[in-house]
Amino acid sequence: MLDDQILLAASNLSRRFGGLTAVDRVSLALVRGEVHAIIGTNGAGKSTLVNVLAGELPPSSGRVHLQGRDVTRWPQPRRARGGIGRSYQRTTIFPRQTVFDNCRLTAQAHHQHPFDLFNAAARCAESTKLAHRAIEQAGLSGQANRIAGTLSHGQKRQLEIAMCLATAPQVLLLDEPLAGMGAEETERMLGLLAALKPGHAILLVEHDMDAVFRIADRITVMVNGTVIATGDPVDIRRNADVQTAYLGDIDVPGPATVPA
Amino acid sequence: MDLAVFLVQCLNALQYGLLLFLVASGLTLIFGILGVINLAHGSFYMIGAYLAYALAPWAAANVGGGFFTALAIGVVLSIAFGYALEWGFVSYLYQREHLQQVLMTYGLILVFEELRSILVGDDVHGVAPPAWLTGSVQLGDVMTYPVYRLFMSAVCVLVALALYAVIARTRIGMAIRAGASNREMVQSLGVDIRLLYRVVFAAGVALAVFAGMIAAPVSSVYPGMGNQVLIISFVVVVIGGIGSVRGALVASLLVGVVDTFGKVLIPQTAGILVYVLMAAILLWRPEGLFRTG
Amino acid sequence: MNKSALSHALPLAAAGALLVVFPFVGGKFYVDLMVTTMILGIFALSLELLVGLTGLVSFGHAAFFGIAAYATALLAPQAAAASIAWLLPAVLAITTLAAAAIGALSLRTRGIYFIMVTLAFAQMAYFVFHDMKFAGGSDGLYLNIKPVLALGSVTLLDLDRPLTFYYVTFGALVLVYGLLAAVRRARFGHALAGIKANEQRMRAAGFSTYPYKLAAFALAGGLAGVAGFLYAVKDGFVNPEILAWHQSGTVLLMLILGGIGTLRGAVIGAFLFVVLKELFQSEALFGSFARHWQLPLGLTIIGCVALMPNGITGLPSQLRSLRTPVPHAG
Repeated sequence: MLDDQILLAASNLSRRFGGLTAVDRVSLALVRGEVHAIIGTNGAGKSTLVNVLAGELPPSSGRVHLQGRDVTRWPQPRRARGGIGRSYQRTTIFPRQTVFDNCRLTAQAHHQHPFDLFNAAARCAESTKLAHRAIEQAGLSGQANRIAGTLSHGQKRQLEIAMCLATAPQVLLLDEPLAGMGAEETERMLGLLAALKPGHAILLVEHDMDAVFRIADRITVMVNGTVIATGDPVDIRRNADVQTAYLGDIDVPGPATVPA
Repeated sequence: MDLAVFLVQCLNALQYGLLLFLVASGLTLIFGILGVINLAHGSFYMIGAYLAYALAPWAAANVGGGFFTALAIGVVLSIAFGYALEWGFVSYLYQREHLQQVLMTYGLILVFEELRSILVGDDVHGVAPPAWLTGSVQLGDVMTYPVYRLFMSAVCVLVALALYAVIARTRIGMAIRAGASNREMVQSLGVDIRLLYRVVFAAGVALAVFAGMIAAPVSSVYPGMGNQVLIISFVVVVIGGIGSVRGALVASLLVGVVDTFGKVLIPQTAGILVYVLMAAILLWRPEGLFRTG
Repeated sequence: MNKSALSHALPLAAAGALLVVFPFVGGKFYVDLMVTTMILGIFALSLELLVGLTGLVSFGHAAFFGIAAYATALLAPQAAAASIAWLLPAVLAITTLAAAAIGALSLRTRGIYFIMVTLAFAQMAYFVFHDMKFAGGSDGLYLNIKPVLALGSVTLLDLDRPLTFYYVTFGALVLVYGLLAAVRRARFGHALAGIKANEQRMRAAGFSTYPYKLAAFALAGGLAGVAGFLYAVKDGFVNPEILAWHQSGTVLLMLILGGIGTLRGAVIGAFLFVVLKELFQSEALFGSFARHWQLPLGLTIIGCVALMPNGITGLPSQLRSLRTPVPHAG
C-alpha cells in the first residue's frame, strides 16, 4: 500500500461528550480503490466517527489528514471542497426539486460564483455536467426530471449517493446507504459501490453483514467507541474478540453462507 | 454613589430581576417543553396587572379581604385561563413552523390588547398595596427602603423555591428536566405528554399573571406594559438558554443589575444596555449560558 | 418566450401598467395611499428575500426601515435640497452596514433564538432613536426640504412633486423586484434556497453557509433601506414608532397574507394589508368601534395563518390539494 494512495487518515481520534467517550482513540486509513467498512453494535460510536471525519463535529483529540494535509481544524464545508463527500443515514435530498436539480445544486459547491447575478443557475455548464455525470454513475439516468419526493425509497438512497458524487469527491463517507432496502435494491447499490471503488476511497458504515462481507476490502470493528479489530474480511471472520463481542448480536457469516 | 444609594440600587436590581424571573421562567419552560414561541406571554403580565386593579375593589366589596384575596382569585383564574387557552388555541401550534407560531401569537397580542381596551379602557391606573405593606422600613442605619418592594422580592424568592421543589422533586419535574426532545423518556416516566403540556402552559400563564399582579402597585397599570416585559423576557431567555429555569434565574438577575445600575450611572443609554449585554453574551456563548438538551 | 414564462410575465406587466396609469384615474387620497402601498411593497420584498428564500425568520426587520428613514432625515441638510445622487447611496450604505453588524451577531443563533434576537436588536434600535437627543427623541425629526436629482442647474427629479415621487417610487419597486428576481434565478439564490431546505446538506456539499446567510441578511436590510428612504421623503417626518416591533410584525403579516415564497406574494400582501387596515379603520363601516381596528386585524392574522397558511397566492394549490388526495411516495 503506497502512502500516496492513503486519501483520508485518522490518528488517535477521540470525541467526548461531557463524561461520555463516544469515540476512543480510533485510527484508520482510507485508501483509494478500497471499501473500508465500519461495523459495530448500536451505540458503538460509528456515526460519531463519521461526523468527526466529515468535519461536522470537532474531535476532542487526535488528527485527521486529507491527502497528507492536516484538516483537523477545517470545518465541514472546507473539507467537502477538499474532496470529502458524505451521505446520510436519514435521506437528506431536497424532495421538492427534480433529481437533476438536486445534483446540480450540490455540484454548484465547486462553482459557486455568488456574485454573478446575471447568469441563471440552471445555465451553469460546469455544475450541469457534474450533475449529469453523477446521475449516471448512481444509476438514475432515466429519472433526471422526476421530482425527488416521488422516487421509491431505494431510488432516494441512490439520489443521496448521486448528490454526494456530484461534488466529485475523492473520499466517500457513506452512513448506512443500504438502510431500509430490499434484496433487489441492495444488489443495485452494491453494484454501484463496486463500480465506484476504483476511483475513490470509500468508508462504509453498515449493519447488513452479508453486504459488508461481500463488498468490503477491510473491516474495522468498533465496540463502545474503541476499535477491537481491523483487518480483511477473512481475518475478521476468524477473530475471537469479534466473535465474543457479537455473540448473539449478529451472525458473522462463514464462507458457506456468502452468496455468490 | 454613596453606600446608601448603592444598597438601594442593589435591592432594586434584585427586585426587578426576581420579578423578571417569574415571567421569563414561564416563557422558557413553554419554549423548552412545548416547543412553542408565545409572543402573547407579555399580555398575561398585562392581564395580571389589570386584574389586580379590577379585582381588589371587587374582592373587598364582595368577598372581604382586599389585595391578597384578589391575588388568590387571580391565580386561580389564570390557571383556568391558561388551561383553556392551551386546549383551545396553543395545542394547534405544536406542529407548526416557528413563523406560523410567531404570527398567530402576535395576532393574539392584538386581540388581547383590544379586548382590554374595550373592557377596561386605556387609562393608566394605580393600585394601592395592602395598608400594612406601605411605607418604608429602616435597614441598618444606612437607609430606608419601601416595604412593598421587599415583600415583592420575598414573594418571588418563595415562588422560585417552589419552582425548584417541583422541578427537582416531582415526576412532572423530572419530565421537565428531561426536556421536550425526550418524549419517549417522558412517557416512560409515566407522565402523560398532553397533560404535561397543559400543566406547563397553565403554570407559565399563572406565573406571568401573578407577576403582573404583584408588580401593579409599583409599576402602575398601563396599556403598553406587556410588550415591554415581553421583549426583556426574550433577552433573558436568550442569555439564560432556552428551557433552563436556572439559566432564566441567573440571566434575570444579570439583566436586573445591568438595567438598574445602567439607568443610574449612564441615564442616556438606559434602555440599550440590556441589549448590549445580550450582544456580548451572543459573541461569547450563542446558545445561552445554560443551554439544555 | 415559452408558455410558462409568458403566463408569469403577463400578469406582472398588466399590474405594472395599472400602476403606471393610476395617478391619472385615482383621486389624490388614493394616489397617496398607492405610494404608501408601493413603499410597503418594497419593504415586504426585502423581507421575502430573508424569510421566503433563505428561511431566516426575522422579527426585527423594521430596524433597517427605521435606520434608513432616520439617516435620510439626519443627513439631509436643513436649508437646501440634498442631491439624491449622494444621499441615497449614503443612506443605503449606512443601513447595509448596520444590517451586516446586526446580522453577524444574530446569525450566531438559529431557530427560536434567532427570532428573539432579531426582535431584541430592533428594540435596541428603537430605544436608540427614542431616547437619544440627536434624533429628536419621541417627537421625531423633520425632513424640511425634499431631495432632488440635478444635473448642473437642471433639476431632473424633484421629489417634492407628488407625481414625480409616485413614479420614482414605482421605479424603485420595479428595480427591487427585478433585482430579487435575478437573485432567485442566480447561483446565489439557489444556494440560499438550498440553505433554507436543508442547511446541513449544503454544508456537507461544500457551501460555507454563514457568509451566504449574512449576505442575504445585509442585502435584505439594504433593500429595506430603500423603502425607509422613500418613507422619510414622502411625508418629511420620521418618529421612533416606525421601528416599533409592531412594524416588524406587520411586514411579516404582509408576507403571510400574500404568500411566502414568491415575489408577487410580497407585493400582493402589502396591498392586501393596506386594504384591510383601511377597511378595519373605516368609521363608515364600523362606527366608533373603528378605533379598535387591531381586534379584527388580530383575528384576521390568526385566521389567515390557520386557514390559509400559504397566503393568497398559495390558495389555488391549497384548494387543489383539498379536492384531490395527494399520493404519498414511499
